[in-house]
Amino acid sequence: MSFDEFLQAFFSLEILQQAWPILWAGLLNTLLLSVVVVPLGFLGGLILALLGTVHSRWVRWPLIAWVDLFRSLPPLVLLVFVYAGLPFAGLEVTALTAVAIGFFLNTGAYYGEILRAGIESVPRGQVEAARCTGLTAAQAMAHVVLPQAVRNVLPDLISNTLEVVKLTSIASVVALPELLFQARQAQSVTYNATPIMAAAVIYFILLWPVVRLLSRLENRQMAGRR
Amino acid sequence: MSAAIVEARGVHKHFGGLHVLKGVDLAVRERELVFVIGPSGSGKSTLLRCLNRLEEPSDGSITVDGIDMLDRRTDINKARQRIGMVFQSFNLYPHMTALGNVALALRRVQGLPRAEAEARARQALERVHLADRAGHYPGQLSGGQQQRVAIARAIALEPRVMLFDEPTSALDPELVGGVLQAMRELRESGMTMVVVSHEMGFARAAADRVVFMDGGRIVEEGPPEAIFGNPQQERTRAFIGQIERH
Repeated sequence: MSFDEFLQAFFSLEILQQAWPILWAGLLNTLLLSVVVVPLGFLGGLILALLGTVHSRWVRWPLIAWVDLFRSLPPLVLLVFVYAGLPFAGLEVTALTAVAIGFFLNTGAYYGEILRAGIESVPRGQVEAARCTGLTAAQAMAHVVLPQAVRNVLPDLISNTLEVVKLTSIASVVALPELLFQARQAQSVTYNATPIMAAAVIYFILLWPVVRLLSRLENRQMAGRR
Repeated sequence: MSAAIVEARGVHKHFGGLHVLKGVDLAVRERELVFVIGPSGSGKSTLLRCLNRLEEPSDGSITVDGIDMLDRRTDINKARQRIGMVFQSFNLYPHMTALGNVALALRRVQGLPRAEAEARARQALERVHLADRAGHYPGQLSGGQQQRVAIARAIALEPRVMLFDEPTSALDPELVGGVLQAMRELRESGMTMVVVSHEMGFARAAADRVVFMDGGRIVEEGPPEAIFGNPQQERTRAFIGQIERH
């Protein structure tokens, strides 16, 4: 294979031009998914982490079971289960709703564990000081503990968010045409790898700034500045 | 003699199998400065922490400013605003400036608008001579300054009683003076104070009464001259002798 053939097979501007509308539609869906799924997963995680501060076995054991279950299930299986299973329970869900539910359950469990570690990293004296000035337990959590907890685990939260954005590509199994799905469609129509390469570049452009930010945060924590 | 503003009666505290307080009675009059001393593990910090119900006593009664602290119907968050507390480890909120630390409860608990809360917070910082550090974060302050901010955070709520739990124990020696000065000024303003500390010089100079605890009980109490100069109990004598030698 000559170099020209190589370029033609992987980096053809002509093919890119043809495939662009398809890729663009996929990109929009990937962005939409990320914007829906990341806050939802974070919210789920926050709920789990806050429940984790309740010192009752009636909360604790179900919580551990929940987190274990949704961390063990492969997200792909979970997604298929939600999309194909809920109709049997009489709930017709759109592909987007199924993805939202699946990620809420799966990534929520991960965000939850990260936030729990963050909450536990805040010294007990912080809550005591807050409660001594008359703040309620909820106010102490909101104003004193959570801001410190999130800051302490920020690199882990960002790292998880990167994984979540990449994981949105599994939405294609419930026929939600996100970026990678569209790229493969374009590839099969054009018999050319250029759309896949384009998708890779788009993912890189989307995520690289976040990766840089993460590295900077990790270096800063390494230097002991908190 | 004015009435007791803090009154603890028959206070017991168990931590699991550990019996930390074994029936402690303590009454503190308005404007009085009571010093609580004793070896580590004697229960003095636990007693202090029971007074604002940071620890739940296992038995007994505690009244502060006429409020039954252990009554389930008591709004504990409201009651705690009348009781300031200062900790050994300062416990300032590291993500907030000195001003933010002092203003938090003024805004969230007392519901003051931001500007008013910050004005009152600034006044409190002025009282501990740290108005010029209002915008600094705890990490940018010395230990002594942090502790004075913690004092400002407590007095900003205009409490009736202040509790100090070893306020100078975590400080380098050269930083202790500033904190003691702030406490002295607070005392001169008429604040009722209960202080757990080993600052014997301060106790001699400022305390109205010294309470010696050992093994979860109050062994002996009296004016500082009596406790330090002429202790009646053998255990008190041994303890005073030990710390005087240092």
